[in-house]
Amino acid sequence: MFDLLLLNLRAQGVPVGLSEWMVFLDGLRRGLAQDMEGLYRFGRSVLVHSETQFDAWDLAFQATFAGVELEPQIHEKFQAWLAEALAGAAPYEGERVEVREDPEELRRMLRERLLEQKERHDGGSKWVGTGGTSPFGSHGKSSGGIRVGEGGGRSAIQVAGERRWADYRVDRELQSRDLLVALRALRRLAKEGPLSLHVDKTIDATAHNAGEIELVEERERRNRVHVVLLMDTGGSMAPHARLVEALFTAASETKGFKSLQALQFHNAPYGWLYEDYRNFKRHPIPELLARWTPEHRLVWVGDASMAPYELFQPWGSGAWDGSGHTTMSGLDWMAAIRKRCPASVWLNPDPPRYWEHPTVRAVGAVFPMFSLTLAGLRDAVRKLRSG
Amino acid sequence: MTDEPRFDLFHGTRSYIADEGLMADVNCAIALGRPLLVRGEPGTGKTMLARAVAEALGHRLLTWHVKSTTQAKEGLYHYDVVQRLNDSRFGDADVSDIRRYIRMGVLGQAFKAEDQTILLIDEIDKADVEFPNDLLRELDEMAFHIPELDETVSARVRPITIITSNAEKELPDAFLRRCVFHYIAFPDRARIARIVNAHLPDLEGALVDAAVARFYSLRAVQGLRKKPSTSELLDWLAVLARAGVSPDQIARKMPFMGILVKQEQDLELLARTKGWEA
Repeated sequence: MFDLLLLNLRAQGVPVGLSEWMVFLDGLRRGLAQDMEGLYRFGRSVLVHSETQFDAWDLAFQATFAGVELEPQIHEKFQAWLAEALAGAAPYEGERVEVREDPEELRRMLRERLLEQKERHDGGSKWVGTGGTSPFGSHGKSSGGIRVGEGGGRSAIQVAGERRWADYRVDRELQSRDLLVALRALRRLAKEGPLSLHVDKTIDATAHNAGEIELVEERERRNRVHVVLLMDTGGSMAPHARLVEALFTAASETKGFKSLQALQFHNAPYGWLYEDYRNFKRHPIPELLARWTPEHRLVWVGDASMAPYELFQPWGSGAWDGSGHTTMSGLDWMAAIRKRCPASVWLNPDPPRYWEHPTVRAVGAVFPMFSLTLAGLRDAVRKLRSG
Repeated sequence: MTDEPRFDLFHGTRSYIADEGLMADVNCAIALGRPLLVRGEPGTGKTMLARAVAEALGHRLLTWHVKSTTQAKEGLYHYDVVQRLNDSRFGDADVSDIRRYIRMGVLGQAFKAEDQTILLIDEIDKADVEFPNDLLRELDEMAFHIPELDETVSARVRPITIITSNAEKELPDAFLRRCVFHYIAFPDRARIARIVNAHLPDLEGALVDAAVARFYSLRAVQGLRKKPSTSELLDWLAVLARAGVSPDQIARKMPFMGILVKQEQDLELLARTKGWEA
C-alpha cells in the first residue's frame, strides 16, 4: 500500500528520495503515525519539503488512500461512529430513504463499497462521499449509515480532498536556485583582488623565521568574467516573464562576476539596446560594442519568434522608436554583435518543437540556441566557458 | 543519546500557542533526531517556536543568526591564529597549547553541552546558496573534526535542531531531504486579531475590524508579488490610528496603502484591477 503512495507521489512530481522514504517507513514502524490523520501529517512533514508541493501531496494521498481497505484501528472507529450515528440519527425531511439498522450489515456493505469505489464522490445515492443519500459518507441526507470522517472534525482524506494548498502550488520548472547554481559555473577565478594578510602563510613564514614575525600578503581570488544579459521583453515573451525575471535575479545574485549588465529589446535589436523601456533609457549598439570585448559573455533570452519582416527587413522595428538605423535589419545587428562577442548564447523559453519557425531558425544560425531549462542552461554555460 | 525516542515531549507553552500540526512536527523531529525546518512568511512566529520549545522542555537555547556573509565553519569553531601569533611575540601565554586559541561556534557549543540543547539556526536562507550543503555532514553525524587539534567534537546529546527560513531562496534538495518540514501558514483572522491586540492594545475595535478585513481582501488579490505581512499590518494600523482615519473610510478606500504594498508592479496591479491608489 505504501509503495503505491510512493508511486503516486512520484507521479505528482514530488521528488521523494530513498533516504526520506526510509525515514518515513522507519517512523511508521516506530509508531509516529497512529491513525489516518497522523499518517497524513507525518508523511507530509517527512516526504514533502515545500509548501508548493502540499497540493501534490494531497492529490497523491487521496489517490492512495481514498477507497482502500482501512486500517484495523479505523475499523474500530467506524464501529463507534456507527453506534453514534444510529443513536442520534436526525429526522430527515423530504424523500424517504430506506433505513438500514443492522450495524454488521452496514459495515460489511461499506467495506465492499470502499473496495469497489475508485474515486471521490459528492452527491449520489450509492458511493462513499459527501452529500447525497448514500448511507456512507458525510454531510449526506440518509437517515442512517456510516459517516466517514471524525465527528465534527475532518478526516485526513477529506482534508486532502479540500486541496487547501492548491494556491501555493508552483510546478517546478526552473527555480532561481537552480539557475544560480548553473550560472556559478561561469565564474572564472583569478588572483587579482587587493592584497590581504594570508594568515596560514604568515604563520609558516614566521615559524621559519624562528618567531620573528614575517607578514605574507596575497591577492584575493576574483572573478573576471563580464556577463551581459539581453532579454526580449516583447509581447510574445509575456508568458515567460517570471522565468526571465528568475534568471535575471539569479544572475544578479551570482556574486563575483566582474560585471553584469542587463539590457532589453523587443523582438530583435534595432540599433539600440534598452536599459529600461519604460523611461526610454537606451544605449546605441555601436557604443556598446566599443565598450565590450571578446571576453564579454552574452546571454540572450528570447523566443526569437516574430513576423519575418521584423527580423529580416531594415525597417523591421517599424522605426517607431526613431532610431534612424534603418540600413541594418535586426538580424544584421545580431550578426554584428556576435562578431564582436563570439561568446554568445541564446536561451529560448519556448520548447524546441516551436523552433521550426523561420525567424527562430535564422537567429539559431547566428547564436547557438539552447532551451531555457536547467539542462539547456548548463549546456549554454559550458558553451560559454569554452568560447 | 536517549535509548527510546519519545514523541510527546512538546505541548506548547503558556505564551506560545502552537497548533496541533506544529506540535506533531516538533515531536516527530525530536523522535527522528532530524532537524525541523520551519518555513513561513515573516511574522508568523518561526523564531518564537524555538524559544517556546526550549522553555517547554527546560533546555538551553543556542541561536545562530545567519547573515549573508556567514560561513558554515563559523558555526563549528574558530581558531584565533592572530591572537596566538601575537602571544608568541608579545604575550607571556603558553602558545604551544593550541586548545587555548580554539573557540567553539554555536554548533560546537551545542555538541559540547552536557545536557540536550535547542539549536536554532535562524534564517538559513540568508546565507550563500551552498551554506546549507556545507552543514550536511555536521548535522547528520552531529560531529565535526578540528584538524588543528586532530580531535573530533561529537555531540554528547543530540541537540534538537530547529532551522528557520523565509523562503527567500530555495534550499538545496540534499539538505531538504534531511529535514522534517513544517510550513507555518499565515494566521487566520482570529489569530491575527489576537496578535494585533497584543501589540496595539489601545486601538478601537471597529477600526481594527475594518482594517483587518481590508488587509485580508488585499492579501486575497490574485497576482500580488509580495503579500503584506503581519508587521506591515501593525505599522498600517498604527498610522491609521495616528491619522484619525475612521473605520468607514477604511471600508470605502485604501488609505496609506503604500505601507502595505511596496512593489511598483503590485501598486500598478491594484490601481488597475481595484482602482486603489496609493
